[in-house]
Amino acid sequence: MSAPLTEQPAAPLPEELAGPERSGRRGGALVQRLVVVRELGILAALVLLVVATVIANPRFLSGQNVRDLLLSAAILTVLAAGQTMVIITRNVDLSVGSVLGLSAYASGTLMVVAPGTPVVVVVLAGMAVGAVCGLLNGAIVAVAGVPSLVVTLGTLYAFRGLDSLWASSSDRLQINAADLPSGFKSLGGARLLGVPVLFLVAVVVVVLVGYYLRTFRSGRELYGIGSAPEAARLSGIPVGKRVLTAFVVNGALAGLAGVLYAARFQTLDTTAGTGQELFVVAAAVVGGVAIFGGSGSVYGAALGALLLTTIGTALPQLGLDPFWRDAAVGALILAAIALDRALQLRLAARLRGRSARR
Amino acid sequence: MTVDTAPAPAAPAAAAPARRGLTLPSGSVITTFLVLFLVIAAFSVDGFASTRNAGFLLLDVVVIALIALPLTLVVVTGEIDLSVASTVGLSSAVMGQLWIVGLPLEAIVPLVLVLGAVLGAVNGFLVTRLGLPSLAVTIGTLALYRGLAFVVLGDQAVADFPRAWTTWAISSIGSTGIPTVVVPLLVLMAITGVVLHATPVGRSLYAMGNSEDAARFSGIDVGRTKLWLFVVTGVVSALGGLYWTLRYGSARADNATGLELQVIAAILLGGVSIFGGSGGLLGVIAGALLLASVRNALQLVNVPSDVLNIVTGVLLITAVVAPQVAARVKGRRRRPAPT
Repeated sequence: MSAPLTEQPAAPLPEELAGPERSGRRGGALVQRLVVVRELGILAALVLLVVATVIANPRFLSGQNVRDLLLSAAILTVLAAGQTMVIITRNVDLSVGSVLGLSAYASGTLMVVAPGTPVVVVVLAGMAVGAVCGLLNGAIVAVAGVPSLVVTLGTLYAFRGLDSLWASSSDRLQINAADLPSGFKSLGGARLLGVPVLFLVAVVVVVLVGYYLRTFRSGRELYGIGSAPEAARLSGIPVGKRVLTAFVVNGALAGLAGVLYAARFQTLDTTAGTGQELFVVAAAVVGGVAIFGGSGSVYGAALGALLLTTIGTALPQLGLDPFWRDAAVGALILAAIALDRALQLRLAARLRGRSARR
Repeated sequence: MTVDTAPAPAAPAAAAPARRGLTLPSGSVITTFLVLFLVIAAFSVDGFASTRNAGFLLLDVVVIALIALPLTLVVVTGEIDLSVASTVGLSSAVMGQLWIVGLPLEAIVPLVLVLGAVLGAVNGFLVTRLGLPSLAVTIGTLALYRGLAFVVLGDQAVADFPRAWTTWAISSIGSTGIPTVVVPLLVLMAITGVVLHATPVGRSLYAMGNSEDAARFSGIDVGRTKLWLFVVTGVVSALGGLYWTLRYGSARADNATGLELQVIAAILLGGVSIFGGSGGLLGVIAGALLLASVRNALQLVNVPSDVLNIVTGVLLITAVVAPQVAARVKGRRRRPAPT
């Protein structure tokens, strides 16, 4: 925090700080290839799962079924995109489920109180609520220097409690579909070229976050911070400011997810999004985002979210009891981190061998 | 207490200037808060100080305090176990299923404890032998164990356990209102406290929490110690599952969902650093009691239970932010400008 909070003039970053994806050098290219292989791995698992399910039940790929699947995945994907930014900086945000609930309730209340509000304003309001929550998380983490796991565990409770306090003091414990304006409700089922609009929103979010993380200088610096926080500070990266930004963006996306939730389910109470934080972190980890920061991509996390959602709907079609879902998700997380560890060890060995030959 | 809770040999670099200013042992602040709160609540909240209420309060805190014991040791070494509540759920589900099959409880209890050891060993193996981060591993087993609980028992509830066992679980000592189960809990607390604060093993836990490499070079078998800690955490969580089932008289796969966060909140509130290497058991027990008493007192004055989450969250954040801020203020006064 003692580092100046202003943008420093560009200085060449050491290779480690430049993140795993900076190509050009041979080591970097190798890492880049590994990331692609890792993402193709999840994609392959996803395809395998879908193919197996289609063989068991050809109707699995019917239009309605796929649309339902994409709708369910949309919310988790938006959350995973934001969480990826935070995890890359070697932090975590466990409060996203509560932020989703608060934002869903806030946007629902806005529409009940002022039914004429344009949908765009509702979306922005939801994102603003989320951004404020994210700002609070980020400020405590970055300014007070308290570990994010602890802070966001605290705000997980606090934001949920705030949601309940608001609902119980306003005598509006539940907002039903009948209370919501029809313009907003049609958003939940709306399609563009046959694809659910909510899913398209998620795709846009993923592409934007992915482009930012890959192309922007400040995006690259997030990887640097996660790889080696102290080195990042010494090389002039405004660590506090970057981490704060990651939390605010993540909060805003959790807020957006809250509005999507409201549009999809149209019945809102104070339990919306409870327990989502674990699935979000799981999606990112399954997607190859290292839990201690510094590597991973938002595309991987999005594929992870899609895979977790697909498992949930595919298991019953495969003749397995739906009770197996959580167990399968757990096994998948363990397999993913074990795979990451194996790849990491091999990569380290290859790089060592390379520098030895030189 | 004053002597034995502060064995942390070398605080992490970032906290070094802070530590020099702090002379109080970790846990004493939270214990003071607890005592103050209990006194204030006893005088200002109707019914708080009754034996009946104290009994309920203690019953509610038993499982949290029980699991917090081994988990504190895990956190002190710098690891974490988020799967404890799922282990409670799976133990409860297996207990129910074995009861349906017709086994007597005398046989079920040891079997479930062995199951807990296996579940803990899986965590420990993945963390210590494969070198995977415990945070990610136990998020995985949190989902896995809870999922298996549903696979074992589905969504049914088993409730026909013998009356003798279920009434024992909520019985109290004479007319004191203190639950009988507090006695074995106190014994386990004492054992854990001695191990952590008065034995070489306890010292080695702090050492590996501060610097795993340094601990290894000084001859501590870090992997084996951590593996055993995970096993013990599994066994104790299974014990918690057995007790939970008897206390509520119902074996369900979703028993104790989300309890891991409450246990961890108690540990962190008690002053244990999430990065390992510092903190003490007294603080953790005070933390668990404080969380439970605040919730209990607010419930007595009719604050809706969902709203109480705000209190839990704010307490937790204050507990970690306050020392940091105090340390920074102190550090600034001591030295002109920390670069």
